[in-house]
Amino acid sequence: MTAIPQSGTYINFFEVKRGFMSWLVTADHKRIALLYFYAIMGFFIVAFGLGLVMRLELIAPGATILDPQTYNEVFTLHGVIMIFLFIIPGIPAIFGNFALPMLIGAPDVAFPKLNLISWYLYVLGGLLALSTLLFGDGPADTGWTFYAPYSVKTGTNVTVAVLAAFVLGFSSILTGLNFIVTMHQMRAPGMTWFKMPLFPWALYATAWIQVLATPIIGITLLMIVAERTLGLGLFDPALGGDPVLYQHLFWIYSHPAVYIMALPAMGIVSETIPVFVKKSIFGYKVIVYSSLAIAFIGYFVWGHHMFTSGMSGPARVIFSVLTFLVAIPSAIKVFNWVATLYKGAIDIKVPLLYALAFIFQFAIGGLTGLVVGALATDIHVHDTYFVVGHFHYVMFGGTGFAFFGALHFYYPKIWGRMYNLKWANIAFVIFFIGFNLVYFPMLVLGMMGMPRRYYDYLPEFTLPNLISTIGSWVLAIGLVIMIVNLINGRKGPKASTNPWQSVTLDWTHTQSPPTLYNFDETPQVERGPYDYRNYEQYLKEHNKN
Amino acid sequence: MTSTTLSHDVHPVHFDAYGKKLGMWIFLFTEVLLFGGLFLVYAAYRFLNHDAFHEGSAELNVVVGAINTVVLLTSSLTVAMSITALQRGDSKRAINLIMWTLILAGTFMFNKYYEWYTKWEHGLFPGMDHYKELPAGKAQFFNLYFFMTGLHAIHIIIGSILLMVIAFYIKKGTINQQRYTYLENGGLYWHLVDVIWIYLFPLFYLII
Repeated sequence: MTAIPQSGTYINFFEVKRGFMSWLVTADHKRIALLYFYAIMGFFIVAFGLGLVMRLELIAPGATILDPQTYNEVFTLHGVIMIFLFIIPGIPAIFGNFALPMLIGAPDVAFPKLNLISWYLYVLGGLLALSTLLFGDGPADTGWTFYAPYSVKTGTNVTVAVLAAFVLGFSSILTGLNFIVTMHQMRAPGMTWFKMPLFPWALYATAWIQVLATPIIGITLLMIVAERTLGLGLFDPALGGDPVLYQHLFWIYSHPAVYIMALPAMGIVSETIPVFVKKSIFGYKVIVYSSLAIAFIGYFVWGHHMFTSGMSGPARVIFSVLTFLVAIPSAIKVFNWVATLYKGAIDIKVPLLYALAFIFQFAIGGLTGLVVGALATDIHVHDTYFVVGHFHYVMFGGTGFAFFGALHFYYPKIWGRMYNLKWANIAFVIFFIGFNLVYFPMLVLGMMGMPRRYYDYLPEFTLPNLISTIGSWVLAIGLVIMIVNLINGRKGPKASTNPWQSVTLDWTHTQSPPTLYNFDETPQVERGPYDYRNYEQYLKEHNKN
Repeated sequence: MTSTTLSHDVHPVHFDAYGKKLGMWIFLFTEVLLFGGLFLVYAAYRFLNHDAFHEGSAELNVVVGAINTVVLLTSSLTVAMSITALQRGDSKRAINLIMWTLILAGTFMFNKYYEWYTKWEHGLFPGMDHYKELPAGKAQFFNLYFFMTGLHAIHIIIGSILLMVIAFYIKKGTINQQRYTYLENGGLYWHLVDVIWIYLFPLFYLII
């Protein structure tokens, strides 16, 4: 790492305006990114805590610390917060907001005020979700899927929880819309579509899913509200409704939403690996096309969540085949990342470690996904802990790790300081071991036949559950070390503007922390995004300091 | 890579009319899909309860529905005319035409109120006793009727408020001959509300 001391002769985006109010009315994409960051981390820690409580309940058979009803409420709130408040907005709203304009050489997003409105909607949705704890018969106990007819009959605060998800969906739509227009209209001169870095490409594919899939869950959730408040029997079979139709509508959004969660993470990995390998990414265009293919095929696979819900044989076969198809572009990306490492000058730094952990864990998540995507095996493992293990490998082992990788990657750009690299490595190792200790036993438990969403289990499942619970503490220790290290990093040594020696615009043409409109002059783009030929010479000419 | 000295360009002050319109179109996609979910539910329940939907449809007033269709189509015309008026620099006429649009929107809402009120008088309103006694299939028809026309009516209200705000800014001069994109976007939204009604009308009143 070259430690170029900062001149301190410019005004960065923190210093432009001071005071609490200046943050609440800001239209700067970097400040909004940080507003999202603090809100999202807050919700993440709440939901992480709920996860620890669940694991503690499952440390031994029988009731230990929770009664069954509380357990149902805890896993529902954990799911709602993690899905709608952490994983879906996490990478796009924080790192997308922060880095996207800089990666494409723009001063801001297309609609800065709309960007701020999205954040306020996010906060409103989050507060609505948490408010379900405070009144009535307690938070929803339906699971994050709000399956009818139970969700229209239970006395818990489903209506408010569902409205929270609706508001959060609106926030997500507006962010996606903003990003699409930004990428269409604001790329720097010379940055053709195929000179655009891969994180923006991933955000572009994601944004289209956000825009085109989210309205479906919006209307579905409104129907649940109408059924609960006005008594319209849209999904209650006793009133002539069809609960399976609810499942279809729910998954028409919620399966594409899985790619809203996964694609930005893949973008982060594509952005990270070339920087630490000092080599152009292998198969740039193929990665672009595979992102678009995932977004497209991802629309047509929702039925694989419903193999046991009563669908015709041909429909199940078609959904299963399409599920196999959507695995192909994901696998292509994995091959591309691994091929990029081949013969590269690998510099193992924390962000790369998280990217590598992503590849490893996402591969496990993806392959177990094929087990549940295949008809015969799905019947065996449906609604077992195998499914819980599978989607945590994808969501947490994949997206969660990419999220923390992105945080370590962009940290010096955001705050202009460097955290302690040694402690970051230690935190990563503990985090990685803890993660696998929590979730690998779940795959085994599922194969043994332990059903999901129960507060209790048969005695023969005790040992893997014990390992998993101990793993959750290891995971928590890793997380605490990471957070403490990152907080201490704020007082750490000043970082150079380009500590990782990246050649993308966000690192070469901006200060750390960046100025209000990022660039002193509109950059002219002539090179490809990952062109590392003679990069030392190039950086010498272009790095800010 | 060479950097040119375009220091004025880096400040995001220029007005990107094309970008704003692109954003509006993408937003309209989301509205289409919002109602798309309902059209899917309608299709599924119509398939399951064909005869009941036929009976339900016969209980709606086709004349009022047809009048409302004409009213709403005319309001789309007045919005389009208002855009042309502003493009030609006649902001006074543009505001007048928006007022006509609002009057037509009010007419539509009055007719809707009349229709719903008739149903309410017959006890055929969600939550009322007679409504609860409806056979399952017919209940689905009226569930969807009230939900979809209700959501559409909410969109009429939102669109009207939007047009009022736009008229205010035209009067203030912020939206003018050079910068008419906001009026165009408001018009696009109004056309969308219109288009959705074009589908709702046959689905509930005409198909038998």
